[in-house]
Amino acid sequence: MTESIKPIFEVNNLKICFDTADGEVQAVKGVSFKINPGECVGIVGESGSGKSQTFMAAMGLLAKNGRTSGQIIFQEHNLLDLSIDQLNHVRGKNMSMIFQDPLTSLTPHMTILQQMREVTALHTQLDRAATDKLCRDWIDRVRIAEADRRLNQYPHQLSGGMRQRVMIAMSMLCSPSVLIADEPTTALDVTVQAEILDLMNELKRESGTAIALITHDMGVVARMCDRLHVMRYGEYVEEGQAEQIFYDPQHQYTKMLLDSMPRIDNPDRKSHHNLIPIDESKAAEDFLNVDDVKVHFDIKVGGIIWPKTIPLKAVDGVSFKLRPGETLGIVGESGCGKSTLARAVLQLIAPTGGCVSWLGKQINGLSREALKDKRKDLQIVFQDSLASLDPRMTIASSIMEPLRTFAAHLSSSEMQETVMQMMDRVGLERNMINRYPHELSGGQNQRVGIARAMIMKPKLVICDEAVSALDVSVQAQIIELLIDLQAEFKLSILFISHDLAVVREISHRIMVLYLGRIVELADSKTIYDNPVHPYTQQLISAVPIPDPKIERQRQSIKIPGELPSPMDPNAQLKFLPSKRHLAAQGYKPELIEHSTNHFVAEHDAIEVLLAAVNGY
Amino acid sequence: MLVNNKKMASVVDSTSSQVAIKGRSQWQDAMTRFRRNKASLVSVYVLTALVLISFIGPSLSEWDHETIDWELTGNAAEMGAPSIENGHFFGTDDLGRDLFSRVLQGTQISLMVGIIGTIVAVLVGVLYGSVAGYFGGRIDNFMMRFVDILMSIPYMFILIILFVMFGRSVYILFIGLGLFSWMDMARIVRGQTLTLKHKEFIEAAVAAGVSDINIILRHIVPNLLGIVVVYTSLMIPNLILLESFISFLGLGIQEPLTSWGALISEGAKTIQYGTLWQLLFPLGFFVTGLFCFFFIGDGLRDAFDPKDR
Repeated sequence: MTESIKPIFEVNNLKICFDTADGEVQAVKGVSFKINPGECVGIVGESGSGKSQTFMAAMGLLAKNGRTSGQIIFQEHNLLDLSIDQLNHVRGKNMSMIFQDPLTSLTPHMTILQQMREVTALHTQLDRAATDKLCRDWIDRVRIAEADRRLNQYPHQLSGGMRQRVMIAMSMLCSPSVLIADEPTTALDVTVQAEILDLMNELKRESGTAIALITHDMGVVARMCDRLHVMRYGEYVEEGQAEQIFYDPQHQYTKMLLDSMPRIDNPDRKSHHNLIPIDESKAAEDFLNVDDVKVHFDIKVGGIIWPKTIPLKAVDGVSFKLRPGETLGIVGESGCGKSTLARAVLQLIAPTGGCVSWLGKQINGLSREALKDKRKDLQIVFQDSLASLDPRMTIASSIMEPLRTFAAHLSSSEMQETVMQMMDRVGLERNMINRYPHELSGGQNQRVGIARAMIMKPKLVICDEAVSALDVSVQAQIIELLIDLQAEFKLSILFISHDLAVVREISHRIMVLYLGRIVELADSKTIYDNPVHPYTQQLISAVPIPDPKIERQRQSIKIPGELPSPMDPNAQLKFLPSKRHLAAQGYKPELIEHSTNHFVAEHDAIEVLLAAVNGY
Repeated sequence: MLVNNKKMASVVDSTSSQVAIKGRSQWQDAMTRFRRNKASLVSVYVLTALVLISFIGPSLSEWDHETIDWELTGNAAEMGAPSIENGHFFGTDDLGRDLFSRVLQGTQISLMVGIIGTIVAVLVGVLYGSVAGYFGGRIDNFMMRFVDILMSIPYMFILIILFVMFGRSVYILFIGLGLFSWMDMARIVRGQTLTLKHKEFIEAAVAAGVSDINIILRHIVPNLLGIVVVYTSLMIPNLILLESFISFLGLGIQEPLTSWGALISEGAKTIQYGTLWQLLFPLGFFVTGLFCFFFIGDGLRDAFDPKDR
């Protein structure tokens, strides 16, 4: 990149502040950067660092109480000085934006084609036929199959990945020179994320569109960006070429970010607390035994007067044993039944079939009263820490809740003392007892959730995506905390996550779920070093690694096609096309012991799979 | 970065050396927040004053609410105007009865109607609705169909039957209002409970082994308070107006007893004769009372919501 190239997008000393009831909040404190044609610039930072606000200001989308100063120069205009009318000529046409949540950014009552027409009608003078052709071309280019049918569908009929593709197609319609992508893949599964990132890369190469990528995920940055800016508290702490920042970070914060990023290729970070190995002498004990558990939901399909009931098999025959002190990681993409399985184990949802036994006694089918005693030892930490705490209770009373149920004989001051000790243990300050959940950060709330789960010193804790909603640095802290608590209380953990890199750090064994069935179950080292099932291979290869050189050379394994609907009878046999003729008899892939303690579901070789999909 | 044990220890030391912070209950917090709200605090004082005056006031006047001042009868427009000299502070009505005593007496009745009707509605409605919503399924169906059936019976009809069977009295009026006022509340509360019960914190409570009844009382009802309080502050005026309508039909409160509603409708009828005070005094009390209820309702709603703005 030489100095002679004129940047197409330039920000000079931009400041944004918001007037709030608590006084003025400085969201962005004077940042400057530029984007050259055809390059991808990453803006990295944790939540609340002001990375999105910079571009919201450029698009004229700031909240009403926001004020700006400085310059945003695009095509020789200072965007901050333009009126809404003038801005409308620029935004959407020469500069467009894709958002994190593709469902909320598409209008639900218009078909895809109608929405795309709206954009072209605003910015181009094409007639109807030409518009439709342009839309079709773009839908093809973002690789959505059956373009004609898809164009006439409504957003809710498309999957998350497909919606994001539609968003990209819409934003590319007028061939903008800058595409702003605000966490474009955060809400998507890893395999879909990989495809969307590839697509964006390709667009960048083909049409020379510059991309500003806002994200918190260093792995995504490593894959996509030429240059990057690390942002914290509304300021850039470090900026430079991607390689330079990844291999030679200068600022403390950048180092910390890179350090707390879990890496799927190298689980042993310097600061890492080590998992304690399982005590094999106790391993034979009856602890948690899940045998062929099924959870089916009845779904009504078609027919207004006589709807048919079809079972949706959320969990369809899962068996595993958990040993004392062990962490079992459960991974899979959204909709694979991980959370349902967790709830079935805890009897929060009654399983439709199969058996869950705890310390040798069956617990499914027990009455609520009888279950109450078991609950003392079986606890859960939820994904959304804020939603899992009663907004009207102080955090101390939330933590105290299990005590009031199981240790009602304690006096209130004794309970309070126990709560305080637990708060110390999970790293919450004692003077926060009277705070409410909304006054705390996500990480602090998750600590409250963990404290609540741990206060009765349970034997098993289920972490349902417990760290997925947190920033990487906080995520690392929470994982350390869980590992420490496990060592201290001899806990067993069922750790559910969609993030394979995180699961690797904390789990002894890992179970991969696909549409409610186990496809692979093995020690965590085995599964990452030697994944056997194509689905596992695909998942692992899709996780971005925060290292630009490795990441860009890696070949990801792609088995085309979206995750099929669990109602589709062929869905289970996606990896076993050779037995597809048996689908009508309800044939399901069996779990086979591939090597000692390494179980893999029946599947065809990956070459056969790719051939079958291509000829499909 | 990580849970730095040394750092934590020093934090614990420094905080434990401070005066220990005492845990506060949700109600204490709510009261503190309520006290910070000037408008509702003033409203509480005004309402208390209103109640006190309505009980103490009549003894200050030489006239009671039913005695007719024969000197003024039929001549209210000229001689019945408010005056200190003849002891009719608020003037008289058309029949020559002292309006001051009547307004205060009406205040007692109206406030009682509003408050008792509301208490019944809140207690029964909230419990009924939250139980139906929380348990769902067959219980919910049964309970809500029962409400539907009750709602489809014209309540006026039932009220009239009650009055005919048991005679006209204030108590029958209370019972009648109480019987019907809770149903809307139950429906609203049930709807809210349905959305609440799928929230994760309810699931967390179930997983923590909290019993159903405690989940309802500890988690669901407090989270409903916002909507309940708002609806209540709308309901009190409605009940007061409903009572005046029933009284207007010739049921409910009977002369010489009176209420805000009855006084206002009388005052409105005689406004053409220039006896403006007959309307303005009861109306002033009515409006003041309602304003107080609204502000208190608002204040309570904010107080029960920890996310105060």
